[in-house]
Amino acid sequence: MIRFDNVSKVYPKQTRPALRDVSLEVERGEFVFLVGSSGSGKSTFLRLILREERTSHGQVHVLGKDLARLSNWKVPHMRRQLGTVFQDFRLLPNKTVGENVAFAQEVIGKSRGEIRKSVPQVLDLVGLGGKEDRMPGELSGGEQQRVAIARAFVNRPKLLIADEPTGNLDPQTSVGIMKLLDRINRTGTTVLMATHDQNIVDQMRKRVIELEQGRLVRDQARGVYGYQH
Amino acid sequence: MRAQFVLSEIGVGLRRNLTMTFAVIVSVALSLALFGGSLLMSDQVNNMKGYWYDKVNVSIFLCNKSDAESDPNCAKGAVTTEQKKQIETDLDKMSVVDTVAHETSDQAYKHYKEQFGDSPLASSLTPDQMQESFRIKLKDPEKYQVIATAFDGRDGVQSVQDQKGILDNLFELLNGMNWAARAVMAMMLVVALMLIVNTVRVSAFSRRRETGIMRLVGASGFYIQAPFIMEAAVAGLIGGTVACGFLVIARYFIIDHGLALSEKLTLINFVGWDAVLKYLPLILATSLLMPALAAFFALRKYLKV
Repeated sequence: MIRFDNVSKVYPKQTRPALRDVSLEVERGEFVFLVGSSGSGKSTFLRLILREERTSHGQVHVLGKDLARLSNWKVPHMRRQLGTVFQDFRLLPNKTVGENVAFAQEVIGKSRGEIRKSVPQVLDLVGLGGKEDRMPGELSGGEQQRVAIARAFVNRPKLLIADEPTGNLDPQTSVGIMKLLDRINRTGTTVLMATHDQNIVDQMRKRVIELEQGRLVRDQARGVYGYQH
Repeated sequence: MRAQFVLSEIGVGLRRNLTMTFAVIVSVALSLALFGGSLLMSDQVNNMKGYWYDKVNVSIFLCNKSDAESDPNCAKGAVTTEQKKQIETDLDKMSVVDTVAHETSDQAYKHYKEQFGDSPLASSLTPDQMQESFRIKLKDPEKYQVIATAFDGRDGVQSVQDQKGILDNLFELLNGMNWAARAVMAMMLVVALMLIVNTVRVSAFSRRRETGIMRLVGASGFYIQAPFIMEAAVAGLIGGTVACGFLVIARYFIIDHGLALSEKLTLINFVGWDAVLKYLPLILATSLLMPALAAFFALRKYLKV
């Protein structure tokens, strides 16, 4: 699903690499936590998978494709098979909940009939059934994140990438979001989640990948958060 | 891609940037109106020059039958074949002459028709009323006097004319105006293009949240860029339409009505509506494509995939 082979990334005008010689593999259907302090290279790791950046050395394979050899115009196609969720939700404030979810389908050219069918379905799945016509501003943070997850999942991606999805939420709401991600994982979708939330990692007991100053320092099945900061 | 979705995005973008859009429309309209005006002006000058103007320096007009009755220079009757031969051999001997062309009255009639078309004056003429002539290109155009002294007053010659003398000043003025119009047009065009680039940039910046989300969910580059490009194209097309309006109004008020030059200067064959209409599609196409291209290149820089 995801394979890093000796990947290094140096940003222009910076001497210290953001990632150094990282190699790892994530299989289909796994649930993986990506942990590490700020500046450890987590964001770079995710940006490489989304091909918002290219590697300086080494190869990244996502869904069986070598991203270095993927031409620019094929990148959108690749991204349609990924879902992404962020700490700040990234919803469009002037569109309703339903429109926000539909947006992900509109831009890839799904028919109106398909959209009308799949939007309520996915909103039910994330527990927001009937809130289609609300504006994002009227919802709580947890609900907004559920809308973002619905948008990421509505096209049934094979891989869901979550960058600190619980970073802005209180512990109780976070648990709800994690249950949702777990449910999505059980449908067969691979989930890769970067997080700082110790409780969540310790509770879920999933595979943990830890980065420190760009290096892969730990890759543990059924791991815990495991470091203090 | 769903048309309605894209159209609503365009509308939102144009309204968000109303002042900038207005500036784009005005600058495109002005530059393209000048562009069209300059094209029409060159047409007008070419029209007035007629067939021989740029090709020869001196014309020797020969007498025809009707001149023999009306013109004292032709009192001895229409030109004869020997007189023509004599003129031709004399011209060949002169060192200042570069080339000589003989225009028969039929050819003269044809060229006249081409220049004046269906004007009432042209339709009343017949080929044998036209004068035969020798059209002479000089090695040095200043040496017009040499030809004039040699042939003026000779039997069979009605007149010797320095082709440039009469209209040269007028044409120079028109040409100068034309170049000035083109220079202003070029500057307006640069302004228009820079405005478009800037408008697109602001537009892309103010919608970076939407475009960022579009990229995340896998919208193609074209899908993300299309609304911006079409925004520029729509603003440009409005400007182009205004420019076309300017041209039509100018033709109407300067030539037909208002100033009514066509009534005051009956000898000049003004460019017709066909010439104006001929350029309108060109102006509209330019107004559509030029901003679209400018937007496309601006976006390559500001909207990376």
